[in-house]
Amino acid sequence: MENIRNQIKIFFLRILNIPFAFLMHAIDLIMWPIQKIIGVRNMPYIFLLPNLIFFGLFVIIPLGANFFFSLSSGDELLFAERELPTTKQYDQLFDCESYLNPNTCTEDFFWRGVYNTIFFVVFQVGLMIFFSVLTAVILNKKIIGRGFFRSVFFFPVLLSPVVVGLIWQWILLKNGAFNAIIESYGGDKVSFLTDPSWAMASVIFVSIWAHMGFYTLIVLAGLQAIPPNLYEAAEMDGTSRERIFFRITIPLLMPNLLVVFILASIKGVQTFDEIYVLTGGGPGTSTSLIVQYIFTTGFASSGSVQNFGLAAAASMVLGVVLLFLTLMQLYFSRNKESKHQEI
Amino acid sequence: MMNFKFIFKAISVALVTLSLTLISAVSFAATDVRIMWYGDGDKENVPIAAQIDEFNAANSDINVILDIVPYDAIMNTLPIQLAAGEGPDIARVTDLGGLNKYYADITPYVADPSYYEKSFGPFLNWYRKSGDTTSIHGFHSTMTVTGPYVNKTLFEQAGVDLLGPGATWEEWAAASIEVANKTGTPIPMAWDRSGHRVSGPAISMGAKYFDSNGDPKLVDDGLKAMTQMLYDWHQEGTMSKDLWGSVSGSKYHAPNDWWNAAEVVFMMSGSWQIGRFANEVGDDFDWWAVPAPCGPAACTGMPGGNALLAFNANPAVGKVMDYLSSKEQLSSFIGQVLAIPGHLDLQVDYQTDDPNAKHALNTFAGAVPTIDQVAFDLQAHVDNRIMFNAIISRLGQAIVGEMTMEEAWERMDEDVEKQLKEKYGG
Repeated sequence: MENIRNQIKIFFLRILNIPFAFLMHAIDLIMWPIQKIIGVRNMPYIFLLPNLIFFGLFVIIPLGANFFFSLSSGDELLFAERELPTTKQYDQLFDCESYLNPNTCTEDFFWRGVYNTIFFVVFQVGLMIFFSVLTAVILNKKIIGRGFFRSVFFFPVLLSPVVVGLIWQWILLKNGAFNAIIESYGGDKVSFLTDPSWAMASVIFVSIWAHMGFYTLIVLAGLQAIPPNLYEAAEMDGTSRERIFFRITIPLLMPNLLVVFILASIKGVQTFDEIYVLTGGGPGTSTSLIVQYIFTTGFASSGSVQNFGLAAAASMVLGVVLLFLTLMQLYFSRNKESKHQEI
Repeated sequence: MMNFKFIFKAISVALVTLSLTLISAVSFAATDVRIMWYGDGDKENVPIAAQIDEFNAANSDINVILDIVPYDAIMNTLPIQLAAGEGPDIARVTDLGGLNKYYADITPYVADPSYYEKSFGPFLNWYRKSGDTTSIHGFHSTMTVTGPYVNKTLFEQAGVDLLGPGATWEEWAAASIEVANKTGTPIPMAWDRSGHRVSGPAISMGAKYFDSNGDPKLVDDGLKAMTQMLYDWHQEGTMSKDLWGSVSGSKYHAPNDWWNAAEVVFMMSGSWQIGRFANEVGDDFDWWAVPAPCGPAACTGMPGGNALLAFNANPAVGKVMDYLSSKEQLSSFIGQVLAIPGHLDLQVDYQTDDPNAKHALNTFAGAVPTIDQVAFDLQAHVDNRIMFNAIISRLGQAIVGEMTMEEAWERMDEDVEKQLKEKYGG
């Protein structure tokens, strides 16, 4: 009986195999002559070709086009109708009497965007790491409803940035939910989004709320990878909790914190959508970051000249910053790998 | 053998029949005409959709597709589509001169070009390129005039009389503050955040916008006087920083939510709000449009409006334009949306019993003859948006304290100069 069952199984497998066999033969018919021509060693490149084509079409060519746009001027979109080559856009971007005072720069909106971005990244990343570690440490303890709280902290990460912006706009507006609570306790309304001194703080807070869950997860993974016997040994030696935290937890978490730092910095520099929805970059330009400058200069000029060249030049500058941060990440992660190998 | 011959013949006949059917289907397939349309909510979208349905039903050879998009798409996406050689056949546009390099001349395809000249004459030049006096690109869908509204109920509650024609901006500001103080209304005055809205009052204060050669020259004493007044009103609390502060750059923002909630005494906007107020304010309070306040040079608002303009010229586009610009269709559309017609000879039966809306329509229609020539010239200028955007973005920065008014004026001129250089070279 068993034998008959096996025979039937083999029969069906053979039938199923027929189309695959045909396919393989067909591929072989194409690949064999190619392999003959270029040799076995070069065949991996052929297999990578489909991906390389997509990468080229959607990354390399747009990057190249952006570079050429940055070296051209005019309000036309097509290269043939643009003035090329010129360094005018870069000259305009970097034309400043004092880089510390945006009002002295020809492209003062760009420099305001640069300073706002630096301010935003420094505070957002710093506070993000602090709160991620704090949350992860709490969530790593055996507390009631730990699974539920882990989900709660991660949930905002799943929301679209536009949804995040709209939710918090509804809460933080002058006539919003938060001010209604303040008023009900006899307080005065606060212009969280329209007072320059409050707007950036509000934007940083919302951004931390939206992204903290992701970084908490990374830190949590790091905490769980710390061998428990180190803590047991420290406790047996009577080491204080603070000392354990600063001498065991933080040093062993450092590789994870580095990843969090780099990823959060890259994400921070690229921030645009949630702030654009929340404050529109205002009041004035107090929450306008570099990406918003690129967007409005190139694509949302409301009837003014759509300066694709200037937007492209600014995005090249942004690209250099991001490249630097990515190289940092690569350097540190390789450093970490080589240390592991040495161990 | 006979059977094979029969089958072969049958298949041949079937194939020939199928081919002929396909060829005729292709030959008689309806021509698509795509319209990119933004509307002020259902009050404009529903009437136009009904007209398009009616046209499609009566013209089986043309299939008009109405794409209803947000206003932002008209301002920011449409220019990019057109620059890339894409874009719709027809679009409802407000940057009338700014896109003129993309307009198509539909003169050969409309039934009676003289109808367009007679009916929309002065506006056709707003769409044409410099030196062109004959092309027909489309027609004015609605004409608009900027001007203020007041919450009449609040004035009555405060016991303050409405000011009449000839009242100045300073007098209206003082009256609005008095009403706000007496009624506990939080915002005496609110304006649309728009350079176009600022321009009428600036012209009233003496702004000229152009030099003696007709080239843009934005900042002069008139513009300084008006922008300084707006700056001061924000600092004193006559206008709330929360409105203009909620966005940045040249982004448009209207205070409708606050107006509808009766939190504003005086709102500077324009005639296109009539239908919206009639729907949204309803019986909550009485609102009136009042004549444009005066400055030392004039008492003017800005003209404007939106036009349906063609980006492709072919017989189908011509037929659609003829239909939508006909007196019958325009009259029906304008009557439903409660707007001022851009047609010079149109009898409109407004579909409203709202006395506020009727009063506002009369006020704005009466304001058209008082519009200053500088305002018409500015509206007709191809680069007016560059000037409007420079005003609003720099004034916005000054109001929140990022620069002084002196620096803002300097920047306004620089912005205009920079943009014109980028556009025209040099």
